[in-house]
Amino acid sequence: MNGPGGMATLADHKRRRIDELTARTAEGGGVSLLRDAGRRLLRNPAAIVGGAIILLFLIIAIFAPLVAPHDPVQRFPELTGGLTVDSIPGASAGHPLGSDPLGRDFASRMIYGARQTLFVGVLATLIGLLCGVLLGAIAGAAGGWVDMLIMRITDVMLALPSLLLAITLVALARQPTQWTVIVAVAVVNVPIFARLLRGSMLAQRESDHVLAARALGVRQRHIVTRHMLPNSLTAVIVQATLTFAVAILDAAALSFLGLGDPDINRAEWGLMLGVDGVRYLEVRPELAYFPAIAIILVALGFTLLGESMREALDPKNRR
Amino acid sequence: MVRVVLRRLSQLGVTLIALMTLIFFWLRSLPGGPVDALLGERATPQTRETLTRALGYDQPIWVQYGRFLRNVVTGDFGNSIRTGEPVADVISRAFPATVELALAAIVIAVGLGIPLGYLAARHHGRLLDNATIVVTLVGISVPIFFLGYLLKDWLTQGTHLFPPSGRISTGVENTGVTGFFVLDGLLTREWDASADALWHLILPAVTLATIPLAIIVRITRAGVLDVLDEDYVRTADAKGLRNATIRKRHVLRNALLPVVTTIGLQTGTLLAGAVLTEKVYNWGGLGTLITDSISGSRDYPVLQALILLAAVVFIVVNLLVDLSYAVIDPRVRVR
Repeated sequence: MNGPGGMATLADHKRRRIDELTARTAEGGGVSLLRDAGRRLLRNPAAIVGGAIILLFLIIAIFAPLVAPHDPVQRFPELTGGLTVDSIPGASAGHPLGSDPLGRDFASRMIYGARQTLFVGVLATLIGLLCGVLLGAIAGAAGGWVDMLIMRITDVMLALPSLLLAITLVALARQPTQWTVIVAVAVVNVPIFARLLRGSMLAQRESDHVLAARALGVRQRHIVTRHMLPNSLTAVIVQATLTFAVAILDAAALSFLGLGDPDINRAEWGLMLGVDGVRYLEVRPELAYFPAIAIILVALGFTLLGESMREALDPKNRR
Repeated sequence: MVRVVLRRLSQLGVTLIALMTLIFFWLRSLPGGPVDALLGERATPQTRETLTRALGYDQPIWVQYGRFLRNVVTGDFGNSIRTGEPVADVISRAFPATVELALAAIVIAVGLGIPLGYLAARHHGRLLDNATIVVTLVGISVPIFFLGYLLKDWLTQGTHLFPPSGRISTGVENTGVTGFFVLDGLLTREWDASADALWHLILPAVTLATIPLAIIVRITRAGVLDVLDEDYVRTADAKGLRNATIRKRHVLRNALLPVVTTIGLQTGTLLAGAVLTEKVYNWGGLGTLITDSISGSRDYPVLQALILLAAVVFIVVNLLVDLSYAVIDPRVRVR
C-alpha cells in the first residue's frame, strides 16, 4: 500500500526537480543577451534619468506648436520697442522669457529650438551612421583590397580632429546652410561607424554561427544581411547615442565660428547660443544661459543613456 | 619596433598625400577656381588673366599638381590672401602661441585629472565618487566656447581677477626668443613679462582643459577600479606590502596605461578646442588664424597649410603616444 504511494512521491519529486531546473535554465542562460541587457538598463538610475531627459525634450519638440506661446519668427512691436543698444526687454506679460535681439518671443524660440536642435542632431547622426555602416559592412564583408581601400579612406578622415574636419568641410563649401552643417557633422562620424562595424564583422567572420550558415550553403549576401549585421547593431546603436551628444555640440561650435546656418529665422539652440547668446552676454546673459543649459541637458541625456547602454551590453557585467 | 615606426610613418605619408590631393582638387573644383577665391567675383578679366598666368593656373592640371606637391614639401604654401605675407611666416608666428596654450591645458588636465580620478576610485560609490561622475559628465557636455565666455564674464569684467584677452598686457616688454611668452620671460630674466603672460594664460588654459580633464578623470577612475580587482593587487596585499607601496607600484602604474593613450587622443580635442578658445580670448594662435581665414572670404593658402599642419601634429602625437606605450608596457614591447 505504502509502496506505490512512495514511488509516486519520488517520481513527483523528480519531475518537480526537472521542471524547476528547466525553468531556471530558461530564465538564466536561455534569455537573450538583449533582454538581459534591457533589464539591467531599467535598473540603472543613470539610464532612467538620461531616457527621461530625452523623452521630455522629444515631447517638447513634437508638441512645440502647442506648447509655445507664440510664433518663433514673429517680431512683436511691444518687444522691438524696448530694444536698445544696451538693453533687451526681459520677462513681461505674455513673454515669459522676454525678447531676443530682434524682438521675437524668446520662450517660443527656445521651445521650437528643441525641434530644430534634435532635427540637426538626429539627421547628422543618422547620415553618419548609414554611410559609416554601409562602408564598414562592405569592408568587413569583402575584405581584400576593398577593405584596404576603405580603411585608408577612413584613415585620411581620422587624420583630422573631428571639429577641425567639420570646419574644413563647411569652409570649403561655397555658402554655409543648415545642410552643410548637418553634412559636415555627419561626415565626421562616418569613419568611426565604419571602423566599428568592420571590426565587429571581422570578429564574426570566423564565429560559429557564420561558419554554420556558410556550411549550410547560405549565400554571402544573406549571411551579411541576416547574420552578421544584426549582431553588430547593438554596438552601432550605442555609438549613435553617444554621437548624438557630440553632434549637437559640434553644430553649436560651427555656429559660434560663423559657419552655421545663416537663416536668421531659424530657432536652433546652437545658433542661439553661438551667435546672439555670446554676442549679448553682457546685455542679457539669459540669451546664452537658456540655450546653453538646454544643450548641456540634451547632451547629458544622450551621454547617460549611451553609457548605460554600453555598460548593460557588456557581457562582463552579466550575472 | 623599428618596423612599426616605419609602417606608421609610411601611413602618415600616404594620409598626407591623400589629404593634399583632396584639398588641391577641391579648391580647383570651386566655381571660378582659386583665382576667383583670390580676387573675388568682381575682378576685371584682365587682372584675372594676369593672376592666372602669374600663378601658373594656365598650365595643365598635372603640372599644377606636381608643382603644388613640390611647394608643399619645401614648405612653400604661397602668400596669405588677407595679409599678403608668406603663409609659412604667418603660421610660424602663431604656432608657439597655440603650443603654449595646449601644453598649459595638458598640464592642468593631467595634473588635476589623475589625482581626482584616483580619489574618486578610492571613494568608490560614496559621495565624492558620485559628485565626480556628475561633474565630469556635465563637463563633457558643456560647449567650451560658452564656458570660456562664462569664465571671462565672471572673472574679468567687474572683478578684474584676470585679463580678458590677449597673451600679454600692452606696455609689458618681452623679448621674443622661443615665442612661448612665459618661457621667454624666464630666459631673458624679464620676470614681470613672464608673470604677466602666465596671468593671461590661466583662463584660456582652464577653458581648453575642461574636456580633457573630465575625460582623464573618468579614464583614471575606471582604470583604478579595474586594477583594484586584479589578482596581483590581492597578492601584493596578502604579501603584507604597505598600502602606499601597493598603490604606487601596483595600482597606479597599471591604471595609468589607458590614461597615456587617452592623452594622445586628446590632442585632437585640444586642437579643435583651441580654435574655439582662441576665438573667445583673442589668443592669436593657430586657432585664431583658422577663424580669421574662414571669416568672410576664405584665405585658402593659409587654410590648406593649417589643415595639413593639424593632420601632421595629430598623427605624430598619436605615433609618439603609441611608442611611449611600448616603453611603458612590457606586454606591447614583446609583440
